[in-house]
Amino acid sequence: MKHLVAEFDALRARFPEGFSSSMVLPCLRRIQEDRGYVADEDIGDLAAYLGVPRIQIEEVLSFYGQFRRAPVGRCHIEACRNVSCSLLGAERLIDHLSRKLGIRPGETTADGEFSLATAECMASCGTAPMVVVNGKYHESMDAAKVDALIEANRVKAAE
Amino acid sequence: MNAPARLLMNFEVTPTSHLLAEYQARGGYQAIEKAIRTMTPKQVTDTVTTSGIQGRGGANFSAGRKWGVINLNDGQPHYLCANADEGEPGTFKDRWILENAPHLLLESMLIAAYALQVRHAFIYIRGEFDLPYRRITAALEEAYAAGFYGKPLFGSDFTCDLIVYRGAGSYICGEASGLLTSLEGKRGYPRNRPPRLTVRGLYQKPTVVNNVETLSNLAGIINNGPDAFKATGTKKSPGTRLVSISGHINKPGVYEVEPGRPFREFIFDTCGGVPGGRKVKCIIPGGISTKVVTGEEVDRIRLDNEDLATVGSGMGSGGMVVIAEGTCMVRLLQVLLRFYHHESCGQCTPCREGMGWMHRIIDRIVAGQGVPEDIERLKQISAWNDGNTICGMGDAAGYAALGILAKFGHEFEHYITHKRSLCDGNLECRASS
Repeated sequence: MKHLVAEFDALRARFPEGFSSSMVLPCLRRIQEDRGYVADEDIGDLAAYLGVPRIQIEEVLSFYGQFRRAPVGRCHIEACRNVSCSLLGAERLIDHLSRKLGIRPGETTADGEFSLATAECMASCGTAPMVVVNGKYHESMDAAKVDALIEANRVKAAE
Repeated sequence: MNAPARLLMNFEVTPTSHLLAEYQARGGYQAIEKAIRTMTPKQVTDTVTTSGIQGRGGANFSAGRKWGVINLNDGQPHYLCANADEGEPGTFKDRWILENAPHLLLESMLIAAYALQVRHAFIYIRGEFDLPYRRITAALEEAYAAGFYGKPLFGSDFTCDLIVYRGAGSYICGEASGLLTSLEGKRGYPRNRPPRLTVRGLYQKPTVVNNVETLSNLAGIINNGPDAFKATGTKKSPGTRLVSISGHINKPGVYEVEPGRPFREFIFDTCGGVPGGRKVKCIIPGGISTKVVTGEEVDRIRLDNEDLATVGSGMGSGGMVVIAEGTCMVRLLQVLLRFYHHESCGQCTPCREGMGWMHRIIDRIVAGQGVPEDIERLKQISAWNDGNTICGMGDAAGYAALGILAKFGHEFEHYITHKRSLCDGNLECRASS
């Protein structure tokens, strides 16, 4: 985390006085963006930097769905399975993804390239079903489109 | 009938219509100038109260009355926070504003900040949002560069700073007190009230949390006056509502609707009806926490809070989901209960244990292992939750279950007796079937 301290200092300057505790979420987001997940050493470093109790950071990490304590695949696919997406075929799409990648939701392929997860409503109901790949929305999906998406990522990995 | 009123979606969306220059060409940032030059903070609050605007997040509470609690002379900082943690399944209207009219929100937040004498305002945006986040942060940079934020405005000493704060994936942070706890960098646990957030909110200071859509109406209210606002919609719910419609519908998307029009006309004329010419089985009118309305009820009611209340429902967050004839309601309730179980924050026992219990029961029914008492048990757990939790999520999950069980109970009985769905057991409406 140490190399991000300058960025964190700039962020802190934008918050009002006494808002150090509020920095926990943005800092953790930045650490995860950098490393891909939040490691044990990051927790201690961040607690020391912000002057908040270590338990607060542990609590936050275990509460919010987006934080990860272990690496995922280089291409991380999250598929929504809430009401509107399910009404338009999300279950079939997730089964298709599972078969295509050979992994179940929550797993990563042996080569570390792909991981699959299910997600709840991402506010993309009007363009359902949808998947998120490394944070980017892909909407109005079907089997052919997710196949193309996976192929595009395979090609990127090969280069 | 007159042309439908357009208060928010009143411009053509182009690849550049979200930028500051085009917003100003449409008359942007004139309302904040008018407010600061010609009105006192108290007058702005009074104008908002007179307009009768109600919260658009689902609770329909008067925005002016919420603001009225703030004492401008109490000598402590006040905070303002826009709730952009849009996570109610079926709802994607705030996303439309963040993507297409970010400056409308930024200008309206300045008006609110002026009325409440706020030095630091926040937008709490859900962590998953990608384009909406990029659009609102880019717009904020433009607004800072143009001197609307961070500098004294129009010769007054009023200055406001704004921070866009990203969540990290939690439904409960859309609840105002959970949102503030999350903004303090902790788990998004909702808080007991009283004290209200307008008395003790963010870091125990008076805080107003308003929905993105509620705030975005302020620029129009100041520009055109409260009477013009009241002239639209119904007497009890003035103004327009952004409705996001999805599910089994031909033209899904975000629509600006004037409450009081026939529900059926909106579904079939505006949104093109159900694919394949199917009938409407039921509609979730305002996010999954509102009770379902059957197709027969849709035919006879108007689309407003008062009429929806007569069938036990409401406009809620404006997240409408259309469900076509032939869809399995048992499987639908399974999706809802799985969601609530997943998103319960775990603070209150009735919700933490109750959601898991209901989820296990519905899973059992779907697996063909349901017993006749299960229906009664689901109703009982819903009743135990109602009013016994800190926030409204425990109640809401119960309403969703009770609504479906009351109107489609026979499907559950059939599933339990015959160990299979009365319909084809699918949620998807396949054209071939």
